[in-house]
Amino acid sequence: MQNNTPASTSGQSKPPSPGSRFSTYIYQRPSLFLLLLLGLPLLWMGVVYLGSLITLLVNSFYYLDDFSGLVVRQFTLATYLNLFTPANLDIVRRTAGMAFAVTIATAIVAFPLAYYTTRYASPRLKGFLYLAVLLPLWSSYLVRVYSWKLILAKEGIFSWLIAQLGLDGALNFMLRLPGIGGSSLSLSPIGIFLVFVYVWLPYMILPIMAALERVPKSVLEASGDLGAHPRQTFRHVTLPLAMPGVIAGSIFTFSLTLGDFIVPASLGNSSFFIGQAVLSHQGTSGNIPLAAAFTMIPIVIMIIYLLVARKLGAFDAL
Amino acid sequence: MGVSPLPAVRFDLISRYFGEVKAVDQLDLEILDGEFFTMLGPSGSGKTTCLRMIAGFDRPTSGRIWLYGKDVTDLPPYDREVNTVFQDYALFPHMTVGENIAYGLMIRKVPKAERLERLAEMLDLVRLPGMAERKPNQLSGGQRQRVALARALINHPRLLLLDEPLGALDLKLRQQMQLELKSIQQRVGITFIYVTHDQEEALTMSDRLAVFNHGKIEQLGTPAEIYEHPISPFVAGFVGTSNLVSGELATKLIGSAEMFSIRPEKIHIMPPGTEVKEGECAVDASVRDMVYLGLYTRYLMELEGGGDLVVVQQNLNTTSMDALSVRGHPVRLIWQRIHNRRVSGSS
Repeated sequence: MQNNTPASTSGQSKPPSPGSRFSTYIYQRPSLFLLLLLGLPLLWMGVVYLGSLITLLVNSFYYLDDFSGLVVRQFTLATYLNLFTPANLDIVRRTAGMAFAVTIATAIVAFPLAYYTTRYASPRLKGFLYLAVLLPLWSSYLVRVYSWKLILAKEGIFSWLIAQLGLDGALNFMLRLPGIGGSSLSLSPIGIFLVFVYVWLPYMILPIMAALERVPKSVLEASGDLGAHPRQTFRHVTLPLAMPGVIAGSIFTFSLTLGDFIVPASLGNSSFFIGQAVLSHQGTSGNIPLAAAFTMIPIVIMIIYLLVARKLGAFDAL
Repeated sequence: MGVSPLPAVRFDLISRYFGEVKAVDQLDLEILDGEFFTMLGPSGSGKTTCLRMIAGFDRPTSGRIWLYGKDVTDLPPYDREVNTVFQDYALFPHMTVGENIAYGLMIRKVPKAERLERLAEMLDLVRLPGMAERKPNQLSGGQRQRVALARALINHPRLLLLDEPLGALDLKLRQQMQLELKSIQQRVGITFIYVTHDQEEALTMSDRLAVFNHGKIEQLGTPAEIYEHPISPFVAGFVGTSNLVSGELATKLIGSAEMFSIRPEKIHIMPPGTEVKEGECAVDASVRDMVYLGLYTRYLMELEGGGDLVVVQQNLNTTSMDALSVRGHPVRLIWQRIHNRRVSGSS
């Protein structure tokens, strides 16, 4: 420019490097750029992920020939009918009930912590709390489940603590309750529940924090300014605005519980959850169609759950 | 309602410290019932803190606040007969426009029929009919602003607080909303307390205004008083532009070294050698720089013997070419002595 050279000659004097030519080439072709950007994830989602889901769906419409022990590749609903035997329905009910209870409990425990962290904690404390929530995720899930098995064992630290507090009567009463009790915490559905709540808690806290973080302080002040007491502000403003976060968290806790087979296998009594049923049907007994049909249950439950949540307006503030 | 003999707001030696920072420093203030009162000042001057203390979002470190003769210092926001229009509007994103506006009535459990009637009235007042079903994110900035205003006014507060409500709007809309706010205030007849850093906005709308600086009120008065009689260099410089003259030049012009201010529009640009009459100040200068601003041109004049003055002149007969062609031109600057304002203190 300073030598008054025309732009074209200055371009010729120094040919563009291959890298910059490549950039220009891509820049001028938006669809190619899009392909490069989304190609890999689409391949993964479309072929590997959706493909295996479809294979699963297809398999669930085959059936296992009891006599030969071979999978017959013929369309039938017999496998699905098989799900409705009392034993299998029990498994579904037990798993869904547990997922429901765990989701409610994690939401109740997570909300106050997320609320405190986003609203009141100093920046320093906030960083510490974030770390405290995330820290357990750095260690293996299996290690944590097995530590809980020890903590909740009959001679474990939890029972000892309860005894020290003089509450062993209450604990024994709970363990005698039919359906959820057992010989000790580590061998009862209560134990499974406690461990599920513990392991999934971060997945509930983080989305609620993210939702509350997005609520401007002025919106809460406006509610108070318009005459709303803190309780009313919470009900009419804070909670509806946090709801997408709670729903996002509950999708995690609900579906993770529905599919988990490690916690019920390591803790509880020997009654099966869906995950264990799938594992044993496809592994031990080679009944892949029934395992596939079982797998469809959590998917269907999640779809119904999300539809209901949308109907109730949980995503209005999204 | 009639005008209350009690002041709408009374600050009694109010201070608010944030750690070491004195955001508001021993402030006494009375705002009258029914007036459009503006708190004007640069950011960090304490005006927004004052507003937040009236609303109840912030509590004074010391001193008492009275609203209509009632000590509200210890009352939470929801127990004060005050409503606020927020700088970022603070509309509830999950509610419709109608639900937003009627929120205060819903909270007070006003019957549904009355709620709808008052909602319709408000939508009319802020000229948003038929918008009740929209969501805030479907509205333009100006419309959101009106919703925020309606949401506050529907509660019939005795006092409305406005925290830089026009800051996010473009110039045209801002000027239109200034007039509209003023006319709404006159129609509903309640006290408006308006916080802004825009001196033009303050002059346009206010009955009275307070100029804030460093947590104190520098000057309080009507727009004309403040503009024509600034009492300190800060006010002279913040409200409009002023030439501050002191020292040698002041001695030469008015025979005293004390600082005075002279508004740029009071100075006439005359040909060199123009006769100076009784009661006039005059100084010879040349044009150093100029900015053409459409309605008027702003000149920076270099004075003979040092110093400079800003002068503005309406472009009555000048075209832009004329205005630009006088650079370096010798002139004589003349103004009425009575326009000199003595200002004291430091800027």
